[in-house]
Amino acid sequence: MIETENISKTYRLGDTKVRALRKVNLRVEDGEMLAIVGPSGSGKSTLLAILGCLDVPTKGVYRIDGQEVMRMNERQLAAIRRKKIGFVFQQFNLLPRTSALENVMLPLYYSGVSHRARQAKAMEALERVGLAERAKSHPNQLSGGEQQRVAIARALVNEPAILLADEPTGNLDTHKGAEIVAIFQKLNREEGQTVIYVTHDPFIARHTRRIVSIQDGRIVRDEPVEHPLAAGTPRSDDILGESLSTTVEEDEEAGS
Amino acid sequence: MNPFENFRIALRAISANKLRSGLTILGIVIGVAAVVALMAVGQGATSGITASVEGMGTNLITVSSGGRSFQRMAGGSATSLLYSDYEAILATVGNEAAVTPYYAGMASVKNGDRTASATLTGVLPNYTRVNAYSLASGRLITDQDNLQKSRVVVLGATSAEDLFAGLNPLGREIQINGKNFSVVGVLEAKGSSGLTYQDDMVLIPLQTAYEVVFGAQAKSRGKNTVSGIALSAADADQVDLIMANVEFTLRREHSLTLTEDLPFSVSSQSQMLASLTNISGTLTTLLGAIAGISLLVGGIGIMNITLVSVRERTREIGLRKAVGAPKGVILFQFLTETLTLSILGGILGVLIGWGIAWGVSSAGLITTSVSSEVVILSLGMATVVGLIFGIYPAYQAASLRPIEALKYE
Repeated sequence: MIETENISKTYRLGDTKVRALRKVNLRVEDGEMLAIVGPSGSGKSTLLAILGCLDVPTKGVYRIDGQEVMRMNERQLAAIRRKKIGFVFQQFNLLPRTSALENVMLPLYYSGVSHRARQAKAMEALERVGLAERAKSHPNQLSGGEQQRVAIARALVNEPAILLADEPTGNLDTHKGAEIVAIFQKLNREEGQTVIYVTHDPFIARHTRRIVSIQDGRIVRDEPVEHPLAAGTPRSDDILGESLSTTVEEDEEAGS
Repeated sequence: MNPFENFRIALRAISANKLRSGLTILGIVIGVAAVVALMAVGQGATSGITASVEGMGTNLITVSSGGRSFQRMAGGSATSLLYSDYEAILATVGNEAAVTPYYAGMASVKNGDRTASATLTGVLPNYTRVNAYSLASGRLITDQDNLQKSRVVVLGATSAEDLFAGLNPLGREIQINGKNFSVVGVLEAKGSSGLTYQDDMVLIPLQTAYEVVFGAQAKSRGKNTVSGIALSAADADQVDLIMANVEFTLRREHSLTLTEDLPFSVSSQSQMLASLTNISGTLTTLLGAIAGISLLVGGIGIMNITLVSVRERTREIGLRKAVGAPKGVILFQFLTETLTLSILGGILGVLIGWGIAWGVSSAGLITTSVSSEVVILSLGMATVVGLIFGIYPAYQAASLRPIEALKYE
């Protein structure tokens, strides 16, 4: 279970102060699957980075399974990232010139797992994302969708409590994006994996069971999804609810 | 974290990026090889010169005609060093030093159609001892030979080889200016020195040289002259005192006041050694400076490669932190990587530098010597340069929050 209390994040951009997050309160139970949506610059990625302990809030309290992250030193933070969190990036962030298997093994190097066990666990994680046969391939030999699946396997290999993904489908076409969403749904349904992903795409967000909307650093809406879409559902305007179509317009404004 | 595991991560990173690793190593290799090779040449030259001067005999003082070189070049008026000067010096410092005069001149030295390239030297019996030669076979020139003006000759090792090509010269005859001389002894080789050909020697009795070979050529106003007088001090501490006495005696013999220039040079081996060592020391310093610049350029090479790859590596560090690597482990990985690369490059550099030095030696240019100090120094510098340029960017990257390192452009 993770919980934030009045989290704020302010950083300087030249002379101006940017208030990326303002008093955000969020609570996610184990086994949930939710999407954080919002226009560009709304603070959704900043929130996810803080949830993944990749960044620290300026103010507020953040607890993972009851432990206060703000009070931890560098070493304890590294342990939290290693044991509790699996993070998937929009840019995949795989090590170049390194095989898929070794990329997946990377987090295990820091967990004191023996070489043999590392290989076995990494293979297992690759099987879970359906890429066991590409284990020896290097990132430049894989498609974008395959690279993202390797990245998901890497996030899963330490059996984290929470799987976080920042725009996981942002660099992929619709078809590949659907594959990634299908993997998240399967992990959540079949293994009870907690999944939180950030997206600007309301259609992708509708595949979860809860949608948290952020605007100007504040949570403006937090509501359950009555009927989550199944992966592979064709995209059409009809299935997007009224409330979400407003987000799309705002997104277009931000992009123009 | 176990250190072996860390080492493994570092080796994996090195082998996954062969081009980057190779370029980093290249800079160090060039720098270290340059230092080792240049210093080997410099030190080889220095020790060659030192050895040749030391080989001339310990505590050696030489007196030779012609003081200031410009006087000698002006010619004519130069005062000759006389055999009587030797007798006066012997009377003054004979108790503190062995004194021996010699007369050296050009003569044709032949055995049939074989010729020796040495100058002919007329000597007294103690010449070989003062100049630190020892006998290989036969006997030395004796007082008896001098009294009887015997036509006997003692050969240096190289001269014996030139004239007899491996045959035993003892008892055989050679021709000096067409006159037959009998070979009575051969000297032990002193070895090559690079400065003088110490084994090119043809020694005959001094009186034979005056009376039989050189005649009027060796006389000045009816008196026998000598080319030089060599003294070997019994005690090294006495060298300066003996030199002063020798100069005083020469002034008295030639009626010179203290303010007049002495037309002879009186020099000690240690003076010569000091000035020659000084020259070659300067040379070595110069070579060392050039080598140091090479090492610096090598270091800049390492820095360039590190800076070029810093963007990719910063993101790599961000990623490693994001998947849970503690900062200390990341720094240890980079430390291991950099140390492995610098030491590998350093060893390769030493081997290549050694190879160049060996090549110079076997090409017969200069006998080089690779000293362990230079090897250790250049390895140490390469490692330090590698560490500074390799670790500092890594330290900066590892101090960032993971999200900053991942976004680094």
